[in-house]
Amino acid sequence: MSFISYLVSGLSLGSIYALIALGYTMVYGIAKMLNFAHGDIIMVGGYAAFLAMSASWCPIWLAMIISVTVCTVLGVVIEKVAYRPLRSAPPLAVLITAIGVSYLLQNIALLTQSATPKTFKSIAAGAPPFLLVFEGKAPLFFTKLSDSPYGGESPVLTISMETFLAIVVSLVIMAALTLFINKTKAGKAMLACSEDRGAAQLMGINVNATISMTFAIGSALAAVAAMLMCSAYPLLSPTTGSMPGIKAFVAAVFGGIGSIPGAMIGGVLLGVIEQLSKAYISSQLSDAIVFLVLIVVLIIRPTGIMGKKISEKV
Amino acid sequence: MSENNPALEVRNLSIQFGGLKAVDDLSMTIEKGALYGLIGPNGAGKTTVFNMLTGVYKPTSGSVLLEGENITGRSPTEINKAGIARTFQNIRLFKAMSVLDNVKAGLHNETHYTAIEGALRLPRYFREEKRVTEKAKELLGVFGLEKELDTKAQNLPYGKQRKLEIARALATDPKVLLLDEPAAGMNPNETAELMDTIRFVREKFDVTVLLIEHDMRLVSGICERVTVLNFGQELAQGETSAVLNDPKVITAYLGE
Repeated sequence: MSFISYLVSGLSLGSIYALIALGYTMVYGIAKMLNFAHGDIIMVGGYAAFLAMSASWCPIWLAMIISVTVCTVLGVVIEKVAYRPLRSAPPLAVLITAIGVSYLLQNIALLTQSATPKTFKSIAAGAPPFLLVFEGKAPLFFTKLSDSPYGGESPVLTISMETFLAIVVSLVIMAALTLFINKTKAGKAMLACSEDRGAAQLMGINVNATISMTFAIGSALAAVAAMLMCSAYPLLSPTTGSMPGIKAFVAAVFGGIGSIPGAMIGGVLLGVIEQLSKAYISSQLSDAIVFLVLIVVLIIRPTGIMGKKISEKV
Repeated sequence: MSENNPALEVRNLSIQFGGLKAVDDLSMTIEKGALYGLIGPNGAGKTTVFNMLTGVYKPTSGSVLLEGENITGRSPTEINKAGIARTFQNIRLFKAMSVLDNVKAGLHNETHYTAIEGALRLPRYFREEKRVTEKAKELLGVFGLEKELDTKAQNLPYGKQRKLEIARALATDPKVLLLDEPAAGMNPNETAELMDTIRFVREKFDVTVLLIEHDMRLVSGICERVTVLNFGQELAQGETSAVLNDPKVITAYLGE
C-alpha cells in the first residue's frame, strides 16, 4: 500500500517537473539556447499568485490568471530584451546572459519580497482528499470513507487534492500542447523553426514571432507548475525556483533535450525516482541518486531517452 | 507597379566580406515569365547572389527590384511574402516532418487563423486546415507525390526530395522562383524529367524562374538567357547559345 502511495506522490511531483521541463525543451529546440532563467520564472509565478491571493478581493481563479499572465509577459519580455539581440552571438554568450537574468530575477525578488519564506495558500485549500479504497477487483474512488460500501476495514489510500490536481492538470496540458504543436500552423511553424530556422524563414515563417510564442507558452507552463508546486510544498522564497528548475533541466536532458514527449517522460520518471529513493533508500541522498541516474542514462544513451540518434559523419 | 516592369531587376549589386568582394557590381534584368540561368565556375558567387535576392545577406551596395518594387535590405520573411521563393543547393527540407506538412509549412502565410483559434479549435481552424490541406495535396499531385503524403521527408528518394523542395517553395505563391542547382546529383534521365517539370511549373504557376546550374545540357535546354559570373563579376550575359559559345566563357570554365 505504501508503495502505491509513494508512486502517486512521485507521479505528482514528476508531472510538475514535466511541465517545467517542457519550457526548457521547447526553448532549446526552437531557439537553440538553454534558458537558465526558466526556474526563476517559476518563482515569479509563485510570488505573483501569492501577492494576488493576499489581496482580500482576489478570488483564487483570478490569482491563477494573474500569475499565468505575469509569467507569459515576463518570458516574452526577457526574450526580447536579453536574448534576441544575441541571436547570432556564440552560444556561450547567450548561456551567460541567461544565468545573469536568473540572478537578476532572484535578486529583485530578494529586494522586494525579502528572504523570509512566505507560506503559500494552496489553490485547493479546503478541498477534501480523495480516498482510494482497495476492495475486490478494482480500486474505488470516494471522497468520504462513509460512502464506501466496505466500511473502514479495507485498505485505503489517501490522495490529497494537490497531488491529484498536479497529475490531472499536467496530463490535460500535455495533451493539449501535443495537439497544438502537431495540428496547428503555429505549432508546425515551431517544428519547422526547430529543424531549420533559415529554411523556415525563407518559406515566409516569422522566426521572431515563433520564438516569442515559444517563450510565452513555456513561461505560462512555468506559472502553472509554480502554483501546483507551491500548493503541494507551500514555502515560497526567492530561491524557490532554482532547485526545481535544475531538476526539470535534468529531466529535459534525461528525456532528450529538444524532444517534447521526452520532457514529459523524463519529468515523470525523475519525480518517481526521487520519491521512491526518498522512501526506500535515504531522503538525504535522494537528490544525489537523481543525478546519478542522469549520469548513467547519459552514458548509455548520450542523447537521452527520446533524443535523436546522431551518427557522426567522418 | 506597372505591367511593364520586369519580374526581377538587379542593379549594381555588390557584397563585400571583409576584404573579399564576393559579388561585384552585378546587374541583370529578368522579364516576366522568363527562364533565366545564372552560371559560372565554382566559387563564382552564384549562391551569394541568391542569398542577397532572398534577404539572407544584406548587399553592401546596389538594389533588387521585384516587379519594380525595391525590396533591398528586407528580411527573408518579408521578401518571401513579397514573392520570391527558393530551393537550396544542399536540400533543406524539414526532414522529420511529413511530406504534407512540409508543403503546409510553405502555406504558412496563407493559413488564416490565429494561434488562439488553433489552440481552442474554433470553426475557422477546421475550415482553414481543410482548405490548406486540400491545396497542399493538389500541389503535391502536380509533382507526383500524392501517394507519399505521410512519408517523412527524409525517407523520400533524392529526386523526390528535390521535387518536394520545389513544391514547398511554390506553396508560398511566388512571383519569382529561385532554384539553386536543381539537377545536382541527378542522373541524365532524372535531369530530363526535371527539365520538363521546370517548364511545366513555369506555365502552370505563372512564375518567373531563375536558376543556378552546372549541368550545361539543362541550361542550354531550358534557359532562354543566362548571366555568367566569374570571381563575383559578370563575364557575359545574353542569349544562352551565344553566351555558351563565347570564347571568354569557355576559357573561364575550362582554363586556357
